[in-house]
Formats: sequence, structure tokens, C-alpha cells
Amino acid sequence: MNDLAPLPPSSGCRDIPVLKERGQHEVFCGLTGIIWLHRKMQDAFFLVVGSRTCAHLLQSAAGVMIFAEPRFGTAILEEKDLAGLADANEELDREVARLLSRRPDIRQLFLVGSCPSEVIKLDLHRAAERLTRLHAPHVRVLNYSGSGIETTFTQGEDACLAAMVPVLPETQARELLVVGALPDVVEDQALKLLADLGVGPVRVLPARRADETPGVGPNTVFALAQPFLGDTYAALTRRGARHIAAPFPFGEEGTTAWLAAVAAEFGVPAERFEAVTAAPRARARKAIEAQSRELRGRSVFFFPDSQLEIPLARFLARECGMEAIEVGTPFLHKTLLGPDLDLLPEGPVISEGQHVDRQLDRARAARPDLTVCGLGLANPLEAEGMATKWAIELVFTPVHFYEQAGDLAGLFSRPLRRRGLLHGLAAPASIDLQVSSGGPGGEAPPVLRHP
Amino acid sequence: MKLTVWTYEGPPHVGAMRVATGMTGLHYVLHAPQGDTYADLLFTMIERRNHRPPVTYTTFQARDLGSDTAGLFKEAAQDAYDRFKPEAIIVGASCTAELIQDDPGGLAETMGLPIPVIALELPSYSRKENFGADETFFQIVRHLAAAPVERTAQITANLLGPTGLGFRHRDDIVEITRLLADLGIGVNVVAPMGSSPSDIARLPAAHFNVLMYPETAEAAARWLEKTHGQPWTKVVPIGVGATHDFLAEVRAITGLTGATDTSRLRLPWYSRSVDSTYLTGKRVFVFGDATHVKAAARIAREEMGFEVCGIGCYNREFARPIRALAKDYGLEALVTDDYLEVEAAIAEAAPELILGTQMERHIGKRLGIPCAVISAPVHVQDFPARYSPQMGWEGANVIFDTWVHPLVMGLEEHLLTMFREDFEFHDGAGPSHHGGHAPKPAEEGGQPPIAASGDSPRSISGQKNEEVAVPVVQTDGSVVWLPDAERELRKIPFFVRGKAKRNTEKYAAERGVAEISVETLYDAKAHYAR
Repeated sequence: MNDLAPLPPSSGCRDIPVLKERGQHEVFCGLTGIIWLHRKMQDAFFLVVGSRTCAHLLQSAAGVMIFAEPRFGTAILEEKDLAGLADANEELDREVARLLSRRPDIRQLFLVGSCPSEVIKLDLHRAAERLTRLHAPHVRVLNYSGSGIETTFTQGEDACLAAMVPVLPETQARELLVVGALPDVVEDQALKLLADLGVGPVRVLPARRADETPGVGPNTVFALAQPFLGDTYAALTRRGARHIAAPFPFGEEGTTAWLAAVAAEFGVPAERFEAVTAAPRARARKAIEAQSRELRGRSVFFFPDSQLEIPLARFLARECGMEAIEVGTPFLHKTLLGPDLDLLPEGPVISEGQHVDRQLDRARAARPDLTVCGLGLANPLEAEGMATKWAIELVFTPVHFYEQAGDLAGLFSRPLRRRGLLHGLAAPASIDLQVSSGGPGGEAPPVLRHP
Repeated sequence: MKLTVWTYEGPPHVGAMRVATGMTGLHYVLHAPQGDTYADLLFTMIERRNHRPPVTYTTFQARDLGSDTAGLFKEAAQDAYDRFKPEAIIVGASCTAELIQDDPGGLAETMGLPIPVIALELPSYSRKENFGADETFFQIVRHLAAAPVERTAQITANLLGPTGLGFRHRDDIVEITRLLADLGIGVNVVAPMGSSPSDIARLPAAHFNVLMYPETAEAAARWLEKTHGQPWTKVVPIGVGATHDFLAEVRAITGLTGATDTSRLRLPWYSRSVDSTYLTGKRVFVFGDATHVKAAARIAREEMGFEVCGIGCYNREFARPIRALAKDYGLEALVTDDYLEVEAAIAEAAPELILGTQMERHIGKRLGIPCAVISAPVHVQDFPARYSPQMGWEGANVIFDTWVHPLVMGLEEHLLTMFREDFEFHDGAGPSHHGGHAPKPAEEGGQPPIAASGDSPRSISGQKNEEVAVPVVQTDGSVVWLPDAERELRKIPFFVRGKAKRNTEKYAAERGVAEISVETLYDAKAHYAR
């Protein structure tokens, strides 16, 4: 298999010092993962135990993207809940009973901890055990924390999956477990590739429905499809499963390396690997080639967002010809990301955590050709004349594996292509109303300021 | 504990952000964990702001809780001052920080910053966004506009209430400024939107205040009246009648008698012109924030010739006036922030048009009822590129267009009635000017769950519109539709079918008729005919 493994650059980024930052984090909390997890797990409901802020976050995060029937809700804590925790538990039981009677299709209920529930030390683990007893066998109740004091954005999915691992059934079967919520279309592609390679049986976590829940045991090997699953990795390891280390399946190279690592584990002959992957590899290269024209020779700066930053920087640097200036990530799990760090050409600053104002200073000084950042920063930076890519789209769009490699490059190239298309619109954005606030009146009415 | 899926209002600190983001030279230091920064995107994405909201979040983490979150707050406040050099700072806590009781106000005071520091107490577990905005603006005014200022030589007014993320606030300011200019009145300060702390200090120079949005500035207007003797306007000039009343009020306050230029006003003629005859008696359900609901109900009845069949608001602070208003319309007001209740009330009333918020737009989509948006909560669509006020003469024009647009128009309505079986031009196709000949209304997501018991698990693909657009035979056991009658009911165009169904059932129930026949249907039609 070795001849198929990509050659690492002369020196990668695994051992370079990491800039650790502390300050204002311009990132979502882990609750946000509910937005995709509730679509992925079709018989699960996510009940956040939190405040109006939590409900508003979910609404705002979802509202910017889709506004569809949710299988999530927020049990909003009120003053009386804060006064007595016993009452809060009773209230929770009542709300859960109401919810489950209204939604008989729900088989898994996640009680999701929030900042307020963590601070008042509402024991959702005990609540989940109690509620499981009450609603067994039809519904299983689990808990995890998506609070902003403990989790950043995609860590919510990690916390959710890690909470599922201890209750997965025990199995002795030799199975491959693919871990991480993938869009259904991508998951199906991955499963087909693995089947064509003769790798199997393959199970996925999270499963789309409760009755497809995989087992785990000492003969399980698992591959992570997402880089932010550190706790899930640890939980699976504790159950005796073994991790297949690999770069993450972004781009042609990442996908090939990921599949190669799995293939090696399952003893897939080199000819078969070549036969199965040759065509999709060629397609992926072609698609990337078409999409990456605008990217070649341009620089990119990543603000921390989803923990996808390192593999994406690797993809952009090695397959799209970009130069990374800074790769910020909320949290750097060196074990999981080691293979990607090895491949990422030396040069960029790798930063972990965030002090958003200092990072903005660095970005402005570097004037990258493309800045990958959250929704709160994108328009302000565009208004300063910097091209941006909303990071969240990278989480909400099918981007893994071969057939999406071109789309992934396209997500980065579109903002640059758009700039090339728009003419005579270079003036700074203006939405502000300049009201003649000052001079005593009588003068002409104020008008919208035209840049 | 209250189970909530979608909310009409955010937490109170978001209200404070709306004030701070509307202003210049003010900074908000918010004691909050990571994640609360999501609120930034409301401004940068929904409103397309070209700058970050002037907010520093302390971003405390679980590991800080045992140690020194207070120190973290002070550090963040000092950093914010050093970096942004604001004229004044407001400090407060989000819901989580409220629980750890660090007292941001007290901490900031001990820091000896050389600028005014205004502490906010916004109870997150009992109050909401509008309260947060109103209270924040009040505290800012109270702290910065305490000193008397000589009145301007010319008669001027302050415009109070517009904030960041406000429903059409940007354009309402322009329209009100124009109206006042017609009377020879200048604008002293617009606040919070567009003002700096030093502008706030000049508020007392105006002769009176125009309270544009009671939701966000009534406390400040009352305080300015008490402290600086500035009267404030009680009428919100949304709609033709209300704008005339507002101008009368302004004339009474100022003693000015100038006329206003109504040459731009088109609503009255558009409403009188024969094409609008079909609007007569259309039943509308009005729901939103109290100020916009009050205005919309009056426009609906007096200026469009609609029948108001439901009134409500989500902000409980205004429950009393909205209840009084509803009474005037022979209705019981719906005061709730639970959209499931609103959905049930709308389904029950079966209006022909909803005048609501983005939430009601989704309810309307589910129920197959057209909706025009009249109020916050806002959505990116509520910040159009074009000039699109709600207030004043142009506001009235905009409202006419906005409300009429979702409806099936004039002769089309009749054609649908006459040729209802036409395979292309049937009532499932919807109004023809809405890209209408698709077999089903376009999906935009938008399927909030309903509370009805026995609700079967719904497909997530949300293909429910067809089903809800077609009346369902009564299943509650009281009245049964016979097959012939049900077929006849389906021949009635969709935009009046709900009304016909409801009237017939009511008619039958009142007369103890258990089975609805075609006869019953037409008996009821005759009974309700006017």
C-alpha cells in the first residue's frame, strides 16, 4: 500500500510551536451541532435545558440557513427553576413527558446541558437515567453538554457521540466503524467505496435511526470522518476499539490516504484499491483543477471555527496551490490531526484558541487573499476590502470524499470569482443612515448615504 | 421551565446589543461565555452590518468558574477601553454570568475608567429583548442626559426608539424627518440609532420627543418628560389616519400650523380605486409587536376595508392596551409568546390574510394562508435594499403594496371561482404572480411542529402544504361532512374555503345539525351573506 500513500512534504507542521491564544472567542458553542445532528438522527430529539439565549442561538443559527421542522427545542429555565433544583427536575420530567407524548416517533432523547444548567449544576446525567427508566423501552434518554463554557461549535457533536459510546451494545465482530455525522449522500458514497474495496462489515456512528445503532468491542476498528471527535475517540478506545490513524477525507489526496489506511487495515490488495479508486480520483483531480484556478498562488488565513481548519489548510495548500498564512483552530488534537499536520507544508502560524481582536490585527496586517471566518466577522472584513469565506458553510455542505472534492475547492474559489465578476462596486459597504443629528432643523431631509 | 422551539424575542442582553450597535462611540462589555457571540451575526448577517457590533465578550470557560471570572471581566473591560476608546461603556451580564453574580457594574466602577460607565441590570430569566433595549436606552439617557441644555432656537424634536436590527427603523427615520421638516421642525438627535454618547447629552435641547417605537424607548421618553419637561408624541405614525393624528399631535405640542405635503401619498386612492373592491371584508389576523399590531389593525379596518378577525401581540408589557384595542374590534386579544398558541388561533380563525411576523409567515405557509410581515422579529428579507419605510406617507404606500401582494387579485379571484377545475389555473396553483403554476407552493423549509394531540410523526421533507390547503373533514365528532357537501366545499376557491367551512360548521353546530349536506352549505352561505 505504501506506494499509494502521498509523500509528506520535506517538513510538515506536526512539531512546529503552536500559538496559544486566550481572549474573546468569536465562535459558536456546542449547542449549534444540534442543527445538523437532529437532521442526521431521524428519530432523535434534542432537548436543550437552558436559557432564552440558547433558544435564540439555535433559532438564529438555524434561521440563517434553514427553517425547517425541528426535532429540537429548549426547556427554558425560569426564575423559579433557579430557586429550587428539585422543582427543576420535576419540571423537566413533565416537559419530557409532554414532548414524548406529542412525538411518538422519537426513540432517542438527548438532554443537552447548557451554560446555565452547568453553572447551577443541574445533574442531567441522573435526569437522563431517571427518564430512561420512565420511558423504556421505547425511548432511551442520554445527556451531554453543549455548553459554551465547555464546548466550541463542533465539539457539541463530539460530546453527543461520546455520550452514546458507553451504551453501544458490546460486539465481538470484526467491523469497521466510520465515526462522525456525514451528510447522507456523502455517507452513501463512502460506504459504496468501502464495499467496492471489499471492506466490511461497515457501521456508522451516529446511525440514522436508533435500531441501526452499531455495536463496539475489542475487534472493532474505527476511522474518524471528522477531525473534532477527540472525546469520542477516547470513549471508543476505552471500549476496546482501535483507531485507524489517517489524514481526513477532504480532497483527492485526503480521501485516498484515508481509504488507503482503511484498506491496509483490511488487507485490500493494491490492484483492487487502484481499480476502485482510479476513476473517482481522476474525477476529483479534474474537478479540483477546474475549481482551483482562482486559488493557485493565493494566500489564505483561517480564523478558528470548526476544527476542520488543519485538514482544509492541508487540502488548499497541497491540492489547490494556496499558501496558508495562519491556521487558527479552536482546539488542536495532535494525535488525531498528526497525519494532516505532517502533510501541511511548513510556513503558516498554527494558532489554537482565540483572542479575536489580536487575530484581526494579524489578519489585517497580512492582507490574505482569502479569509475563512465566522458569520460575525465576514461582512465586516468584506467591508474592509478583504475577501472572506463563511466557515460555517464548510460544516453544512457535503465536502468529504472524492465526489465533493471539487465542491470543496469551489466553496473557497467562489468568493474570489465573485469579486472578479462584480465591477465598479468596490466602494466600502454602507448600511448606515447618516441622520443630520445636530443642526437645528429646517434643512433638507437626510438621505441614505451613497458611497 | 417552558419548552420553546422558536422565540419571538431574544434575551434582554440582545436588546442591549441592539441599542449599542445602533449607536456610535459606545462600547458594551458583556460578561458572557463563548457562544454568546452568536448574537453578532444577527447584525452582520441579517442586517448586513459592515462592522462588528461594539461588544466585547469576556468569554469565560468552565475552568475559570472556580477561579477569577471577576478578574477576567476587568481585563476585558480594560482591553476594550484601550482598544476602542469609546466615549462611554455599558456593562452587563448575559444569562450565565448573571448566575455567577460577579456584579459587572460594581467591578467596572472600581476600575476608574475616565469615561462614563453605565451598569445594566437585565434579568435574563424573567425579561426579554424589548425590555433589554428599553431599559438599556433608558439607563444611557439617564446617565448621559441628566444636565439641562438650552433649547434650540428653532423648534426641534428628538426621534426616540430606532435601534440596530429594528424592523424598517432605517427608513422610518427618514420618513419622520421629512414629515417634521414639512412643518418646519428640525431633528435634534435621533437615538439610539446613529447617536453617540455626546449626542445623548444634547437630547434635552429638543422641544419635544417623537417616540417612534414605544417598545424600545418609552422609559426614556417618560424620564425626559419628567426631568427636562419634554412632551412626547403618543401616536405612532403608521398608516394614513395615524400619520394625520400624529401631525395633529405635533401641531398641538408645538403650536405650529404648517401643512404637510401629501402629494406622495397614494394609499387612499389605491384603496378607493375599483381594482381594490375585492379587498372588501377580507378577514385578516393581526399579530406582532404591540405597536405595529395597533397600527396594522387600524389600517386594516379603516384604510383597506378588511375585517379584523384576530388581534394579538407577543410582548406582554403591552398586554393591557392590546386587550383594550381588541375589545374595540369585538375580539379577545391573544397575548402570548408561544407560537404554537398563535398557530392554533390562526387555524381556528381561518383568516384570508395574516399580518404577522416571520413566525406567522411560516404558520401561514403551513396552513396555506397568505401572510404579509408587519413587525419584528426580523429576517434578512426585512432589510430590503430599497427605501421601504412603514411610517408616514411613503410607509402607507409601502404597506398597501406589501399587504396586497400575497393575495389573489381582482378578476383572477373570479376566474378561479368560475373555472376551478382548470388543470393549470386551479386553486392549488396559488396566485399567478407568485411563480404560481407550480403544483405545490415552493418549499422554504418552514414546518414548525404543531401541538395538536395525536399529531402523527411528520415527514421531514415537509410536503404538507397540499394537505393543509384542502379542508379536512371534521373529525372532532360534532359535525360530519357528507361526501357531496365535501366535494362542493372543495369547489370553493382556497382563499375563502376556510371561511366557508368554518361558517358552515358553526351554522350546523348552532342548529344541532350533525351532518352537513350541500343544502346545509348553501343555507349557511345564505345565512352569512350580507
